[in-house]
Amino acid sequence: MTWLQRRVRPEQIRELSLLVLIAIAIAFFGSFIDGYYSFRTFNRIASSVAIITVVAVGQTLVVLTRNIDLSVGSIVGFTAYFVGTLIANDNGINPLLAVAIAIAMGAGLGVVNGVIVAWGRVPAVVVTLGTLAIYRGVLVDLSGAKTVTTDSLPDWLTGLPLVNVAPIGNLDIRPLFVLAVVIVVIFQFATTYLSFARRFYAIGSNPEAAQLVGLPMRGVVFLAFVICGALAGLAGFMFLVRFGNITVEAGRGLELSVVAAVVVGGVNIFGGSGTVAGAMFGAVLIGTLEQSLFRLGISEFWLDAVLGLLILLAVASDAVILQRLRALWGGAELKLVAKEADSVSGERRAPRP
Amino acid sequence: MSALERLKGWEAMMLALLCAIVALNGVWSPYFLSVGNFVNLFQLSIEKSIVALTMALVIIGGEIDLSVASVMGLAACVMAWTFHEGAPMPLAVLLALAAGALAGLNNAFWIAKVGLPSLAVTLAGLIGYRGVARILLEDRAIGGFPDWFNTLGQQALIGPLTAAILIFFLLFVFFAIVLHGSAFGRLVYVVGSNVQAARYSGVRVGLVKSALFVGSAFVAALAGILYAARLGSVRGDMAEGFELDVITAVLLGGVSIFGGKGNLVGVGLSLLVILNLRNGMGLANITGNTQNDVIGGLLILSVLIPNMWQDLHNKWKGRET
Repeated sequence: MTWLQRRVRPEQIRELSLLVLIAIAIAFFGSFIDGYYSFRTFNRIASSVAIITVVAVGQTLVVLTRNIDLSVGSIVGFTAYFVGTLIANDNGINPLLAVAIAIAMGAGLGVVNGVIVAWGRVPAVVVTLGTLAIYRGVLVDLSGAKTVTTDSLPDWLTGLPLVNVAPIGNLDIRPLFVLAVVIVVIFQFATTYLSFARRFYAIGSNPEAAQLVGLPMRGVVFLAFVICGALAGLAGFMFLVRFGNITVEAGRGLELSVVAAVVVGGVNIFGGSGTVAGAMFGAVLIGTLEQSLFRLGISEFWLDAVLGLLILLAVASDAVILQRLRALWGGAELKLVAKEADSVSGERRAPRP
Repeated sequence: MSALERLKGWEAMMLALLCAIVALNGVWSPYFLSVGNFVNLFQLSIEKSIVALTMALVIIGGEIDLSVASVMGLAACVMAWTFHEGAPMPLAVLLALAAGALAGLNNAFWIAKVGLPSLAVTLAGLIGYRGVARILLEDRAIGGFPDWFNTLGQQALIGPLTAAILIFFLLFVFFAIVLHGSAFGRLVYVVGSNVQAARYSGVRVGLVKSALFVGSAFVAALAGILYAARLGSVRGDMAEGFELDVITAVLLGGVSIFGGKGNLVGVGLSLLVILNLRNGMGLANITGNTQNDVIGGLLILSVLIPNMWQDLHNKWKGRET
């Protein structure tokens, strides 16, 4: 046990507790729903989680730096609508170009957030609460209340959600799911192993120290917002692919689902700790609960109440599990304290940013 | 610049802005400067204004309550449901207030006792309380409340003022005294500016936070009932999305999102600025959507401009020495 304790810190295995919770949820629903363990269930959950996950990855980076981006729902709606209009007007447009435009559009909106937060020194909540309203407002004003309809979109786009990327037996792997997994893997590895990406953690866990070390504080915060915007832009494209019909209301309220995924995923809302994979597991847990409750035949009116309760329980049990692990580790550290005083991770009570 | 001077600077800025807007509106439209218009202006979003008062206290205390709009909906639905099931109206109102207090106790338990971040807890509350409201009403709309109840929401009670406006003023005075004139108010600032220091000085942090969240939910429930009285009927999705408007008003009032800073005078001024701005734009035929743009922009600029001014000031001073 001490061998294990020396090599692994509780923070590093906190995703495990989420996996356990997901497994419990699946086992629970599996015993109540006939034919629950099927590829259909998997696909249903995967496609509902994919979009949230991509936005949650960007949100994680922002939250790590002790900021928050509440404007993501508006960015998703903005890009979904305008890229949709663009494609509807010119069906021959290169698909990759369309994706690039969506990402660039999102990144552009992220630049606005980032500049005001990093160089204007305005709290992120204030800025993104403002841009949440402004981006949506610009969208409504420019659109003239028209909608993008599935009929006006080319076949490659409307058919994309049903494409089977890699047929394994009866399992259909959908492109949106693959895209989300690729994004998570890239960002998980980058934030774990690239010193450049570790800066997000450094700035969030101790801004004073990060400044003394000479990290470009403003640049890193700015970058987090730009990446978050770009990923929200990509998610906007995914939104277009998944739903086809886009009104100016598209993505409204998405920011709350994303923040819920990030918080349930164990990313510290006060910055500095948490992982991209954790955020994905948070999204998966919420998505699993949502879809499974629906299939359990619970009236749709009960769904939100149960979901709220389960999110609360998930956050609470995650906290309790982590606390227990820390206590377990804490005992081991006491014995080692003479040798490895500097490696004591301890509990970091985050001050308010 | 000391904190006090900065605070005064903020209120002066809001006051100047308010005067400018009122003057501009007065010139723009002859109807603007009438008592009827002012009452109307207040009445149209009085519920949000009421909730903004307690939200200010919660944010000054270093926390946030995202569940207020759902609690408003929950209280209104509990009231409508119990009335529909045959309970007398006063009992229904009492039960609605109790439901609000219960929701607040639930928030307080997880935040103060278990120690979870308020953002997570109240986000779950935002989803969950709305869910309970939906369970009660499903997709029905319940109306047909007794006449006295609807009159309370829609007719003037004293002079041109409706009950909701009177309640707003009473609560404003009450919370101003609580925040700025009582020991509890000082504790809210202490907890909000440095929770560790507060704990080590023997402040019962959990109790202060519990009081804030129960108070916030209770007042939100009251606002939900007033909203139901004004509209005359209740639906499950009532007041959905109000939380962002309320938080916007509080932050525009100079309350720091990081806690410990701000006061109710600023929040009162910011409410007036928003109301007058919306009203003026409405009279000038500017759509609600563009109004949101302007208020969002104002929220950002209200912090950005003083910051930039200070930067320039520092640069200029630096060159001097």
